Amino acid sequence: MSTDYEPKSAVAKWIDKRLPIVTLFNGHLMQYPTPKNLNYWWTFGGILTFCLVTQIITGLVLAMHYIADAELAFSSVEHIMRDVNYGWLLRYIHANGASMFFIAVYIHMARSLFYGSYKEPRELIWIIGVFIFLLMIATAFMGYVLPWGQMSFWGATVITNLFSAIPVFGESITNWLWGGYSVGSPLLTRFFTLHYLLPFLIFGLVILHVWALHVPGNNNPEGIDVVQGSQDTVPFHPHYVVKDVFALIVFMIVFAGFVFFTPNLLGHTDNYIQANPLQTPEHIVPEWYFLPFYAILRAIPDKLGGVIMMVSAIAILAFLPWLDTSKVRSAKYRPLFKQFYWIFLANFLLLGYLGAQPAEGIYVIISRIATIYYFVHFVVILPVLGFVEKTKPLPKSISEPVLNEKERAAKAASA
Amino acid sequence: MSDSKPVTRRNFLFISTAAFSAAGAATIGIPLVSQMNPDASVKALASTEVDVSTIVPGQSITVLWRGKPVFIRRRTEEEINEAQKVKLEDLPDPEGDDTRVQNPEWLVMVGICTHLGCIPLGNKGDYNGWFCPCHGSHYDTSGRIRKGPAPTNLEIPDYVFLDNNTIKIG
Repeated sequence: MSTDYEPKSAVAKWIDKRLPIVTLFNGHLMQYPTPKNLNYWWTFGGILTFCLVTQIITGLVLAMHYIADAELAFSSVEHIMRDVNYGWLLRYIHANGASMFFIAVYIHMARSLFYGSYKEPRELIWIIGVFIFLLMIATAFMGYVLPWGQMSFWGATVITNLFSAIPVFGESITNWLWGGYSVGSPLLTRFFTLHYLLPFLIFGLVILHVWALHVPGNNNPEGIDVVQGSQDTVPFHPHYVVKDVFALIVFMIVFAGFVFFTPNLLGHTDNYIQANPLQTPEHIVPEWYFLPFYAILRAIPDKLGGVIMMVSAIAILAFLPWLDTSKVRSAKYRPLFKQFYWIFLANFLLLGYLGAQPAEGIYVIISRIATIYYFVHFVVILPVLGFVEKTKPLPKSISEPVLNEKERAAKAASA
Repeated sequence: MSDSKPVTRRNFLFISTAAFSAAGAATIGIPLVSQMNPDASVKALASTEVDVSTIVPGQSITVLWRGKPVFIRRRTEEEINEAQKVKLEDLPDPEGDDTRVQNPEWLVMVGICTHLGCIPLGNKGDYNGWFCPCHGSHYDTSGRIRKGPAPTNLEIPDYVFLDNNTIKIG
């Protein structure tokens, strides 16, 4: 079943001796031993790779037609939509691709949280992942500015103004970011440059992410260590290649549904109005994937405090491997954690809803409660749970939970 | 065929998966390749109308058509005679003057040297026509190559006389 790659032809041998690239890919994409009990929540790694590649390819193509200049950007996007062959398709794939990317990454992170994939010995995989998430946020935000619509312009204004909250240096930092005294062409040009650069940095981090993953191997729904080389694992190909491809196709159907039937559902109509520095839209909202963090920003009645809390809400994720004090990984065997997990998720979704509501009345109060709970989950609930929770007994192997009584008895007898 | 392996369900699955993937990849390739072709805004500007009423015999103008220079020359009797007299055997790219013009008085051609794309200079060269300064190609009063590295005569674009004073190129 799992055999190492042996170059057969003389050419293949010659190459492999000098650059064992086929051996590398064979080892990591074919033979790589994978726990046999991974469920469909584990397919989002592959889906995310697909999203990244899709964004890079469609982005490259759009960059051939886009003009990063405050006077021309908006009309160049309309030019893409109306004149360029299949421009509408490429732009809708790119714009909706960003949303699909975030849907996938949130599911991927939620899976990691549920099954404790961030715990020893996988802390670095998780931390690299947090950095990828940060870069994704930066890339998506700068990409949203490029069409130079009203939401682009005022989104850029609001977010760059966050830096003005920094004491003493705030104003000089924002002027430096803008390359002027307000959001304009210099900012647009540098955002375009960075928006082009960051995906390649993400790609580099993804390689590190996978490299770090392939050292200890995948976590699994039981959250227990698999015995390497035993019947606990199966080769990645064909078992998980096929499973990943199937999940990817389902994902692509949803993706295509957005692109072809409701391409503007996830966007904001105001972004089809050209940027106007003299008028702010009545109600500014960021893209949906930023809403929970936006709600946290607005919940704090202090400029600097709001910025600090919003940044902390993401930064705290990097410390998760040490904030969660429980040695048991999977929520399957942590009855209390499991409940708090779902509460946390519901609270996060609530924050997302609140981020889309006007910052007034009851919404502000609920936002504050939800924000406090978000942090309490990380700094109080998770550390304490590790000490007070009575976890369920872990299975001896990943096969055990799926065996029936008879098989279990037989196995116990033979052991 | 008797000693070959039987066609299995698995063979069918492999081949249909591969065919499906190949068709999918090709379909994705179409927009990615096609987006580089001239777009609708470029195509919309693909023809140019020129007013030639002010050009006197012996004068020529250069207009821009699809981003390329087009020479419009109102030829003198002398130039027309010279162009018509040339024997086809003497030409590297044999073409009669009558096939190169709609009206002998008006010579309309793309002003790009057929060698490597430079713009030839007018009223120059050994044949009283055009001379390309880049690599020394000589064209006659009908824009035909006579001497030098260029392989063919200067290209004649599609054009029509909308009326006596207006030419539509493209």
